[in-house]
Amino acid sequence: SNRRRPALTAEPIPSSLDRAAVSCNALFRTAGTRLVGGKTRRDAPNTATPHKRAIRTPQSQIIINVVFVDRSGQRIPVKAKVGDNALHLAHKHGIDLEGACEASLACSTCHVYVSDAFYDKLPEPDEREEDMLDMAPLLQENSRLGCQVILTPELDGIELTLPKITRNFYVDGHKPASH
Amino acid sequence: MSAYCSRWTLRFLNRLCVSGLAKTNNKHVQHFSSQTSPSVQVCIVGSGPAGFYTAQHLLKSHKGIHVDIFEKLPVPFGLVRFGVAPDHPEVKNVINTFTQTAHLERCEFFGNVTIGSDITMEELKMAYHAVILCYGAEGSRSLGVPGEKLSGVYSAKDFVGWYNGLPANKDLNPDLSSDAVVILGQGNVALDVARILLSPVELLKKTDITQASLDSVAACKIKRVVIVGRRGPLQVACTIKELREMVNLPGTKPVLDRRDFEGIKDALKDIARPRKRLTELLMKVAMEEPSGRDAERWAAASREWSLRFLRSPIKILPTADGKKVAGIRFAVTTLEGSGENAKAVLTGQEEEVSCGLIVNSIGYKSLPIDDGVPFDETQGVIPNDMGRVCQTPGLYCSGWVKRGPTGVIATTMNDSFETARCVLEDIDSRVLDCSMAKPGHHALRGLLEKRGVTPVSFSGWEKIDALEVTRGDEIGKPREKLLDVQEMLQLARA
Repeated sequence: SNRRRPALTAEPIPSSLDRAAVSCNALFRTAGTRLVGGKTRRDAPNTATPHKRAIRTPQSQIIINVVFVDRSGQRIPVKAKVGDNALHLAHKHGIDLEGACEASLACSTCHVYVSDAFYDKLPEPDEREEDMLDMAPLLQENSRLGCQVILTPELDGIELTLPKITRNFYVDGHKPASH
Repeated sequence: MSAYCSRWTLRFLNRLCVSGLAKTNNKHVQHFSSQTSPSVQVCIVGSGPAGFYTAQHLLKSHKGIHVDIFEKLPVPFGLVRFGVAPDHPEVKNVINTFTQTAHLERCEFFGNVTIGSDITMEELKMAYHAVILCYGAEGSRSLGVPGEKLSGVYSAKDFVGWYNGLPANKDLNPDLSSDAVVILGQGNVALDVARILLSPVELLKKTDITQASLDSVAACKIKRVVIVGRRGPLQVACTIKELREMVNLPGTKPVLDRRDFEGIKDALKDIARPRKRLTELLMKVAMEEPSGRDAERWAAASREWSLRFLRSPIKILPTADGKKVAGIRFAVTTLEGSGENAKAVLTGQEEEVSCGLIVNSIGYKSLPIDDGVPFDETQGVIPNDMGRVCQTPGLYCSGWVKRGPTGVIATTMNDSFETARCVLEDIDSRVLDCSMAKPGHHALRGLLEKRGVTPVSFSGWEKIDALEVTRGDEIGKPREKLLDVQEMLQLARA
């Protein structure tokens, strides 16, 4: 079933190629090159003559703002480097996102909710992430695994909320009953 | 504050203020000076995920707590070491977090100590302010059918213990010579067993599966694994990651009967996402023609696995000489009700399947530890409220012994944090009286020595760990596990 929701802004919805380009660029820290055809959606300065190469900050040094909302609702703003993943960022700042399997898509303990305005800016989760999200309690439409959220310049201002811990720990809200 | 207040009163009032002010964000951070407050001595029984996650949360949240972790085996980590399948190494990454916890100054590990026999629960209660039982489920549910004791019938717990190097199962030596295996139960453990039996040896030999079981599996002639459940496709207990691994398993093909899926499509509309995605995958395999690479692989496959539904075991059938398993008789069932609570009801029809190996994977089961600890025999758990053991102040529980033997590590993690929060609340609210110092493990060392029990420290385990990794290196595996307790003890003390 399609979990994607329509973007809430008037911006054109980026194509998956654009998103792939952004995340590839972020991952491989290329500056100014296009890995895939089409525009890269980085914070390039507006140039009247696009063929002139402006001097750009290497991706790896771009700092963005991220806000974690912890399990008691407290907002914790932090600075993040492009290319970092949200789980490592949380650990750097003492936020209790467990990450039991150490970002290897073998658990759901880094489960976070992504703020509305940014959910669609993330590349779609691959099948393995979706499978692990199935195991997360309190799954919502805007759920992602923190270890798969790779920070890019267009995620500046993203808010990541940690699900509240509840008594129901079973996969999918299941309550075991004898049969 | 009057100059005539006693120092004790001032200290007491100060402590009240500090605890009130310092409580933020559910973190019970208290600042004790070593002269004014004794540390809180906590004992944890069991060193699997429940034990370690409970310890982690307590130690992180309260700087005055000291945690001692007791473990029956010389080696820690419970089912992370002995339950998680060898080909799921990423799941075992939690060991790194647990190791960090064990290395904390306020945490100490005591392996090779069996609570209930080497040390009694009474002795623990005297030595500690709080005791937390995290000893999991070391038994397994029995089928309760004739023939269950025949040679060739194993509980999944023992079978998994065998390929994972649990010392108690090292001589299991299951006979893998027949071509057909029946696995009873359709949870993740059942799928793990099927996958280990059917995986290509080239993949298995790079894991930490024991060498002896690898050799057995490599030599086996198994061609067909039937995984049987009493209810239908909408009630399978496995999860999608494990099912997908089976569907994609090299050299094998899945066999699902499309008739089992008639009418299922309509039921999908209103069910929750995880069940829906799982069922959609089952339906795809059962009802659609395989595409490209899958079609090639299935056509070339020499081994197959199937899911059989609505079959309840009634008798295990012996060979002519009455000694080994030859097959199994099932009652055909139908479902009453729907969804997770559907019940299997007999139809009167029966069916037989021939096989030379049966693995009973219908669930683990906890056992009572000591007469002094309440135990619910029906549910197989210690009666508790959010981890506080009923009618037994100072006693708590986490993990499978608290909630029953289901769920993954993440489930146990959340559960353990809940118990830890209750312990912290009780310390704060003085339900747990920590004003009197308790001796902790100092009270137990003399008793253990008298009883001829030498505990294994965490650094003792690290010697065992180092040798296992070295032995594994020699044969291209992450580790080659030691199987003998005496060998482990000798090495730990060296």
